[in-house]
Amino acid sequence: MTVQHVASTSATSEVPKTSVWARIWQQDAPGYLFLLPWFIGFFGLTLGPMISSLYLSFTKFDLLTSPDWVGAGNYVRMFTNDPKFAASMRVTFFFVIFSVPLKLAFALGVALLLNRGMKGLPLYRALFYLPSLLGASVAIAILWRQIFAGDGLVNKFLSVFGIVGPSWISNPNYSLWTLIILAIWQFGSPMIIFLAGLRQIPQDMYEAASLDGASKWRQFWKITLPLLTPVVFFNAIIQTIEAFKSFTPAFIISGGTGNPINSTLFYTLYLYQEAFGFFRMGYASALAWVLLAIVAAFTAFSFLTSKYWVHYDD
Amino acid sequence: MATSIQLRQLKKAYGDVQVIHGVDLTIEPGDFTVFVGPSGCGKSTLLRMIAGLEPITGGDLLIDGQRMNEVPAAKRGIAMVFQSYALYPHMSVYQNLAFGLETAKMPKAEIEKRVQRAAEILKIEPLLKRKPKQLSGGQRQRVAIGRAIVREPKIFLFDEPLSNLDAELRVAMRVEIAKLHNDLGNTMIYVTHDQVEAMTMADKIVVLRAGVIEQAGAPLDLYNNPRNLFVAGFIGSPKMNFLTATGEGDTVRTANAALPLGRSATGAATLGIRPEHITLVEGTGAKFADLRVDLVENLGGQTVVYATTTDGQPLTVVLEGQRQVDIGSTVAAYVDPAKAQVFNAEGLAIR
Repeated sequence: MTVQHVASTSATSEVPKTSVWARIWQQDAPGYLFLLPWFIGFFGLTLGPMISSLYLSFTKFDLLTSPDWVGAGNYVRMFTNDPKFAASMRVTFFFVIFSVPLKLAFALGVALLLNRGMKGLPLYRALFYLPSLLGASVAIAILWRQIFAGDGLVNKFLSVFGIVGPSWISNPNYSLWTLIILAIWQFGSPMIIFLAGLRQIPQDMYEAASLDGASKWRQFWKITLPLLTPVVFFNAIIQTIEAFKSFTPAFIISGGTGNPINSTLFYTLYLYQEAFGFFRMGYASALAWVLLAIVAAFTAFSFLTSKYWVHYDD
Repeated sequence: MATSIQLRQLKKAYGDVQVIHGVDLTIEPGDFTVFVGPSGCGKSTLLRMIAGLEPITGGDLLIDGQRMNEVPAAKRGIAMVFQSYALYPHMSVYQNLAFGLETAKMPKAEIEKRVQRAAEILKIEPLLKRKPKQLSGGQRQRVAIGRAIVREPKIFLFDEPLSNLDAELRVAMRVEIAKLHNDLGNTMIYVTHDQVEAMTMADKIVVLRAGVIEQAGAPLDLYNNPRNLFVAGFIGSPKMNFLTATGEGDTVRTANAALPLGRSATGAATLGIRPEHITLVEGTGAKFADLRVDLVENLGGQTVVYATTTDGQPLTVVLEGQRQVDIGSTVAAYVDPAKAQVFNAEGLAIR
């Protein structure tokens, strides 16, 4: 009924003589009504907590007693006197730097294979996408722990060839790599986007190039990749943010400890420990803001450099 | 110097569907040949088979007498201009022109020389540093042609190169491509669905329908002596008029006239008369119909009359100069019997 009313007032050019505010209310109220759930979510669950965490990051707060203002104390401690913070930074950057390019390369490789017009494409596409849906779940992380355990599937397979594998998860040299592999395995969503991007490249570009004598290799480097850069750019940003935020696999596989010797202590895991293990909400809030700043800085850097390597069609 | 092309029983099938049904054609060195026909007639497919972009499924393709069926596209000595231009959007005009030469690992100085020369021929020197998106349609078209020129191919192939341009530019580019052919002297094959382009540019027109050559020959030969109804209707603008008629020995009878043709026709026939061959003045030929005038278009140089015969068949008349014809009036139409065409029940011309 309300919607009908809006339609009729906007359809007729005659506007009743009421005050501006009343008119806006009459015309726009239904719209705001529909937006209300989002507004409640945004202000109540996103913006509100963000602002309060910004405040809390300058305080000492244990959830039970009221927060004590400590100024920049939390931030100073982070960068001057917290080896665990430094360790979690190293782990997270290592994870981002290796998992994102490898995942993107793998996703692009599979997309290129699928784009060759094979039969049963929708089936393969769905199958390859599946890990992306499951990947961040607790169940998969538990499964991953079994696979890479000392007596897990990987070592059983290796033993067929007489190789005695280490316990991948409890060995600090390999534990982070099992998480990187788990991340790469979730290549489905960038793959789908790459596939859509590849479909956008006109076939006659390749025909023109093949008449020019360009090999498939040269066509890939000189045509496919440059024309795909907008998609690469998008995927790189999304996946990098995802990687910085990665939490569940490390939490499950290390049992929430970030062990062995902090080798899987993701930034978010450390943040979680501080907040819900030690109830240092003030410090945890400060950690969260530093992560936000890092992600924002990375994204800004990507956008600034994009004009040098991203080719837009028009 | 220039290169000949021969198609011998050339066939193309996609699975069970045959789209090119054994085409035989010889293209003389240096000829400008136009493949023309309606959408889906196989003209582009045939061109792409010659280019090497579509595998040939039967028959032989000979270039300068050498069988080329399995030779890769890049080694056939051809260059092709695409309908979409197919310029690489991330490269400058210079890089677009140089791409093929760089692929062939040509020395930089030689590339530079060739690109400059092509740019000069096409008057695109000021555009070399620009990206394709910064060019107008006509400029992109020039770059696409330039990309073909720099490779100094034996054969140029054009796949509907002007269909994305507006009417005025299309006429201008048509003239330029014709000039280019005169200057370079290469063998060129040009695909279009526009019979005016075909008539104006071609040394030889190949009319295709449903994967079969309906007729091949010089433009005026096709205009004057179409082999069948399809070619007669396709070549010429406005279209040839077709009237149902009956052959009675040396004459052809229409609804209200008998036209002495001097060609022997019997039974159901179709009389084909070009609009520009019809006159409305007694004594200028033999009468073949009475017309009711529906509409008159005065174009200044020509007067186009749209009319209906007394038995209800539409007819178009093109008169030279500015004529006064009254709408709604009934007039008699005349034609020089030597210029009229007769087709038998199968649609083949009776000569």
